[in-house]
Amino acid sequence: MATTTPARGSQSSARGLVRPTFSQPRRRLPYPFGLYQTAVGKKWVMGVTGIMMMGFVLVHMIGNLHMYEGPAKYNEYAEALRTVGGALMPREGVLWALRLGLLGAAALHIHSAATLTIINRRSRPLAYQSPRDYSAANFASRTMRATGIIVLLFVIFHLLDLTWGVFLGEDYITGDVYNNVTRSLSSLPIALLYLLANIALAVHLFHGAWSMFQSLGWNSPQFNQARRVFAAAFAGLILVGNLSFPILNLTGVVSQDSRTTPCVAEGGEETRICLGVNE
Amino acid sequence: MRITLKVWRQDGPTAPGSFETYDVPGVSPDMSFLEMLDVVNDRLTLDGKRPIVFEHDCREGICGSCGMMINGVPHGPERGTATCQLHMRKFHDGDQIVVEPWRSAAFPVIRDVAVDRSAFDRIIEAGGYISTPTGAAPDANLTLIPKPVADAAMDAAACIGCGACVAACPNSAAQLFTSAKLAHLNLLPQGQAERWARTEAMVETMEEFFGSCTNHGECREACPKEISLDFIAMMNRDYVKSKRKNRKLLSQIR
Amino acid sequence: MSETGFLDGKVPTGPIHERWTSHKFNMKLVNPANKRRYEIIVVGTGLAGAAAAASLGELGYNVKVFTFHDSPRRAHSIAAQGGINAAKNYKNDGDSVYRLFYDTVKGGDFRAREGNVHRLAEVSVDIIDQCAGQGVPFAREYSGLLDNRSFGGAQVSRTFYARGQTGQQLLLGAYQALARQIRAGSCTLYNRTEMLDLVVKDGAARGIVVRDLLTGEVSSHSAHAVVVASGGYSNVFYLSTNALGSNTTATWRAHKRGALFANPCYTQIHPTCIPASDDFQSKLTLMSESLRNDGRIWVPKKPDDTRSPDQIPEADRDYYLERRYPAFGNLVPRDVASRNAKTQVDEGRGVGPIKNGVYLDFSDAINRVGPKVIKERYDNLFEMYERITDEDPYKVPMRIYPAVHYTMGGLWVDYNLMSNIPGLYVIGEANFSDHGANRLGASALMQGLADGYFVLPYTIGDYLAGMLGEKPLDPADPAFKQSEAEIADQVNRLLAMRGKHTVDQLYRKMGVDVMWTKCGMGRNATGLTEAISDIRAIREEFWSDLNIADQSQTMNQSLEKAMRVADFMDLAELMCTDALHREESCGGHFREEYQTPDGEALRNDDQFAYVGAWEWTGESGQQKLHKEELAFENVKLAQRSYK
Repeated sequence: MATTTPARGSQSSARGLVRPTFSQPRRRLPYPFGLYQTAVGKKWVMGVTGIMMMGFVLVHMIGNLHMYEGPAKYNEYAEALRTVGGALMPREGVLWALRLGLLGAAALHIHSAATLTIINRRSRPLAYQSPRDYSAANFASRTMRATGIIVLLFVIFHLLDLTWGVFLGEDYITGDVYNNVTRSLSSLPIALLYLLANIALAVHLFHGAWSMFQSLGWNSPQFNQARRVFAAAFAGLILVGNLSFPILNLTGVVSQDSRTTPCVAEGGEETRICLGVNE
Repeated sequence: MRITLKVWRQDGPTAPGSFETYDVPGVSPDMSFLEMLDVVNDRLTLDGKRPIVFEHDCREGICGSCGMMINGVPHGPERGTATCQLHMRKFHDGDQIVVEPWRSAAFPVIRDVAVDRSAFDRIIEAGGYISTPTGAAPDANLTLIPKPVADAAMDAAACIGCGACVAACPNSAAQLFTSAKLAHLNLLPQGQAERWARTEAMVETMEEFFGSCTNHGECREACPKEISLDFIAMMNRDYVKSKRKNRKLLSQIR
Repeated sequence: MSETGFLDGKVPTGPIHERWTSHKFNMKLVNPANKRRYEIIVVGTGLAGAAAAASLGELGYNVKVFTFHDSPRRAHSIAAQGGINAAKNYKNDGDSVYRLFYDTVKGGDFRAREGNVHRLAEVSVDIIDQCAGQGVPFAREYSGLLDNRSFGGAQVSRTFYARGQTGQQLLLGAYQALARQIRAGSCTLYNRTEMLDLVVKDGAARGIVVRDLLTGEVSSHSAHAVVVASGGYSNVFYLSTNALGSNTTATWRAHKRGALFANPCYTQIHPTCIPASDDFQSKLTLMSESLRNDGRIWVPKKPDDTRSPDQIPEADRDYYLERRYPAFGNLVPRDVASRNAKTQVDEGRGVGPIKNGVYLDFSDAINRVGPKVIKERYDNLFEMYERITDEDPYKVPMRIYPAVHYTMGGLWVDYNLMSNIPGLYVIGEANFSDHGANRLGASALMQGLADGYFVLPYTIGDYLAGMLGEKPLDPADPAFKQSEAEIADQVNRLLAMRGKHTVDQLYRKMGVDVMWTKCGMGRNATGLTEAISDIRAIREEFWSDLNIADQSQTMNQSLEKAMRVADFMDLAELMCTDALHREESCGGHFREEYQTPDGEALRNDDQFAYVGAWEWTGESGQQKLHKEELAFENVKLAQRSYK
């Protein structure tokens, strides 16, 4: 078998000017890690990690819709996240597992994007000297790197803002998600930042949610048309959902003022969440 | 028609290049684009100037020799058409037409708008064949091939190897070319024995020369044979599978 | 040359169907372990060259393959559209090896060697198996079985095809087989390298001298045998359906080193090409002959009818092929179809803006089987037609006119495909062997692959076996050095002129104004005599007043072309000489003086049933004629009739 398997790599068998631009890895890692040493493999990883993050984005958006049910339900949802797994799992155990998984996915997604970008730059060292006229590459596909970076920076900001409360200062109340969100989003610059970032996210998803089918090799004439529809619908759904938060906060439909009771029961090791008006 | 032609002139692979502009009167709309260049070249020669070097051969859109960026589009504005079958009637009197060679690290410029596309041959040599030594094949009707399969393989095999896909790709990737060749052979029953070894070898050779696919779809738009992006998806799927399958095949033999 | 003054084709004797089998057995073999001690040069990577190189590499020989293209896949075989014949009889319509043999000899107007043709028909069935095995996506029935169609001149369906791109798919198959051998190291590819001379020493071919088209460097390669598979010379007419790079240089320079050039006047005019539109036209585009299966050819009955085709009622149309040849109708052989089109146009019934075409009408077929089926059969051809002419053949009849397409003549070879120079093999369109005076549709691909896959690999061993232990000639040998110097001289001479004419100007003048007009579809003694002196005058001009503005030795397309055109000019003269000497009409050679009362070709079997092979004697126009007598023991000599 080994002798009939075509040898790897290109032997320079003919004359001419062409030489390989990229060298093969000195050592192929064992399966499945070796996949990640190739560009096609990296795109596959981008697709898989993309799906993981798409799942997160979708659940995150749906979860945040609880905001519209008022502080009680919203904070109840936030609390529920910490206790996923019930008594079987330590508190926040599943949450942390998911967080680590997402962190890993994001890291791989970013790393593969960055390394592929380097490859792609090197593969055309001299750009076209006359203007290109694109016919298929759309705004979304050509701005993946930019929108990706915007989303990344935004996620960092978002975590600093609402997970660690860096910017809210005194106003940040650990555990009172409703308070934190509404306070943060009622500020015009921050709301604008959310708007911008979520538009970038939707643009990123518009290409990514279609592109992943290609990268993973999921195609069939029966649903090829549906892939575009799916990507547009998914991006649109996330866009509408996520934009509603800053917009409704900014326009005052949802606001800090709409709550009727102070929220956090002070003190103690056991931080209790205020469960809203009815309790 | 009278047009203005702005062409990339470069004396050799390492020489610096730049655009030069020529006024071209007396263009007939029935001329092909290359015939227009022939006319320009004859005029340049009679003026004692060096004619424009461009590759061409069959001039009926099948050999894949010709190809250049025309106004920022590989093979020019007409879809599904190689440069040799583009006619001047697609342009207007007074147009400026910009002609540039295909640019990719894997396609070094030889002279003017001629580039070296041997990297494609390296990909084929890596495994783009079904090993059937002369005389070894069974009767052709012994292997039944469902018509849709034969048709799909033919769709893929229609690739002329012109390199427009690479030229069009913002990343200078050769996914459409490689996947078309892989799909042609991987779809057919005769190609199954070597399918996974072929896929692994060809993809990895491709990656030595070309960029990576980010699924823009520009290649499909530029392709004179309108090869489908579905083949790229099929190649991606086969490649990931090949990594597992080839390992498994080897271990079964031991 | 044999003692009697006649050439010996070395065709084995015995019953026709046993000759190849017994010959294969009688040939010497090369021990597998010894094969790697032999060097073979293959020039050209079309169907014949790539197939031969791959097969020889698989056998274990060391093969050097040369192509002037950037890749073997660009060879002009790629442009063949219609299909490839094989006597498989998959359609149960009475086909057989013998019928394919018979049709080919008869279609070739009795100017081919019976032995060669029968072998071709025998191996045709293996070719289909071989190609299907390589993954050539031949058209299939819904059952999964191979589909066939009938093709110009054949009354059985024996043509295998892959849409309208059969040549492309077969060439890719051969190219892939070659790529496999390049990878395996048995074949070494020299792309962008053009053969400019054959080196003959001590009476045998010892190697070739080539020019690197990227650097201009001239170098020598030696081998035990040289295989030339460089294609045909249709481009002598300037306008033809051949790719612009197709040329005669390899064969012509071998001719100048002693190889006989046989039947140069046999040129095939393909009936279904798109008519030229203006003076800038650089080539003619062929539309597959398969179109004649469903299209009906007609012209208006009245000369100079200016009505658009849909305005011309049936009563005013002349379906002249159906009228004159009721049995074959639109499917008459190529030469007959072409000549009839010429007659119509010459008599003023031509159609189109410059009245240089005839209609090929699909409306009946579309009404009969529906546009969907027609689309399935011919869509890429229809699209191509529309791209070039801006007319939609689904609505308006196509306009077609004949154009030079294939050359049956070529270097003379014996039954083993070896030329009169020992060690020089010539295969594919470059040789003269199997088609006689006219080639049947879908037979070119068959012959190229037959030579490359199934004939040469056997016959070359017979020659090589006798050379065991001999080393190839040293590339530093004076024979090589002298040839290198001559090539350098030619290059310098061409570059130094700085005259008034571009290569294309003189090339067009010779090809269109002289060759097409006087040595094209119809020829006569006066025209040919004039043509010879015209060609000499143009050649004079070429060698004194040419302008190659590009002075560089690196990739210099004007220089490459000038060298090729120089050889075409010599060949053109020989073609006219041959046409003048052959005082009969046969197949692709129609002498207006020799025709039947109703305008059919009139052969003269008593005087001209021979192969005319010309020997270079040192100066153009001074070639000496050798004859190879043709014997027809199986197919009875008869006037072809397609009525």
